[in-house]
Amino acid sequence: MKEIRELVRKDMLLELRQKYAINGILLYVVSTIFVVQLCYGRVIDESAWIALFWIILLFAAFNAVSKSFVQESAFRRLYYFSLASAVSVVLSKIIYNALLMMILGILSLLVFVLFMGMPSFSMGLFLPAFLLGCIGISASLTMVSAIASRSGNNAALMAILGFPVVVPLLLLLVNTSKISLKAEIIAAEIIKSLSALLMIDTVVVVLAVILFPYLWRD
Amino acid sequence: MIKGLWWKLAGLALVLYSVIAGQLITVPALPVIHETIRNLFYHVCMWFAMFTMFGTSLVYSIRYLSGFKPQHDIMASESVYNGLFFGTMGLTTGMIWAKFTWGDFWTNDPQLNGAAVSMMAYLAYAVLRSSIDEKSMRARISAVYNIFAFMLLVIFLGVLPRLADSSLHPGKGGNSSTMEGLDINMRLVFYPAAIGWLLIAFWILQIRARKRKLIQQV
Repeated sequence: MKEIRELVRKDMLLELRQKYAINGILLYVVSTIFVVQLCYGRVIDESAWIALFWIILLFAAFNAVSKSFVQESAFRRLYYFSLASAVSVVLSKIIYNALLMMILGILSLLVFVLFMGMPSFSMGLFLPAFLLGCIGISASLTMVSAIASRSGNNAALMAILGFPVVVPLLLLLVNTSKISLKAEIIAAEIIKSLSALLMIDTVVVVLAVILFPYLWRD
Repeated sequence: MIKGLWWKLAGLALVLYSVIAGQLITVPALPVIHETIRNLFYHVCMWFAMFTMFGTSLVYSIRYLSGFKPQHDIMASESVYNGLFFGTMGLTTGMIWAKFTWGDFWTNDPQLNGAAVSMMAYLAYAVLRSSIDEKSMRARISAVYNIFAFMLLVIFLGVLPRLADSSLHPGKGGNSSTMEGLDINMRLVFYPAAIGWLLIAFWILQIRARKRKLIQQV
């Protein structure tokens, strides 16, 4: 536990010193949303809103998370390897990326609402689904970035490997957002959507914990 | 792998039988599909073979990670390549069939989306393998990706039908189910065809694995 906390703290410190991820990706999100606004105009229908929002967030996630293992050089990896266990390394990365992703997600949601307006979501379903989605996307992309970092050319590979892994989550999120647009939502629908998201998150984290040690050692 | 010639001959005989009998038997006259229903004997068997190959590859990937034996890696990767071959065949036969019954080569159908994402995941696996030079590293990392992607695909294929309101494929969402309406004549061809193609798939896999071993010995 202490190991994980220290590793998360280290990642946060690095981020606070460089302010590279947050600022760079926020700028990316803002410019993308601006381009969307230029092309579409302000009034777009709700399903287009949902699709654009999740696609933009997905690419922001790719950019944010792909650095998590790529920025660690081979020597530094060896150093961590001698200090910490593989499980705590991967858990700390997932926690850090999930936090980063939630902050980025909320900020881009604000920017998106500012430029594009807000469909009338029922927040009781949309917000938990949104946060669970951020956790799931960041956890699965963390694992993919660990895989991509062990092979030569990263940037292209990350997108190729990540896409099939993230698609189930993305579809589920889009669908949940669409459900939360309805005027009255049945409780069973809320439970069904949220439990499906929670299940994917759990499976991804469990798989990461089981599989990561094989990636970590040389 | 099973030794002997009998199962290969059996597979050959079953496939030959299904090709010949599939054209000769009388099929029930259903609306829209009419005579194209004979494609069932070929198209569906391709998907069965593909998923069996991907499942085989998962088994060998797990075995590789638990023992690090090179022959398991050969089996895992060759079953993926073999599965991709059958997947391409399944897509082609399916697209031709779709053109004649649904009027288009590609429709937005959960079954099609599932198939497309599975193909993409395993194509990504192939790209990942070709991007790593060192043999044991390539085997280990691709095995990890294989397990990770397979599990998420299982979730995806399990979740998708729940999201979709309807499917053009039989057995889902109020479509005239050909599987239930499959008359005894068609069953007598379809089941042997499926078993025959599975046996052929394993035969091809055996030959491919043997070839890889020979190349490595040179």
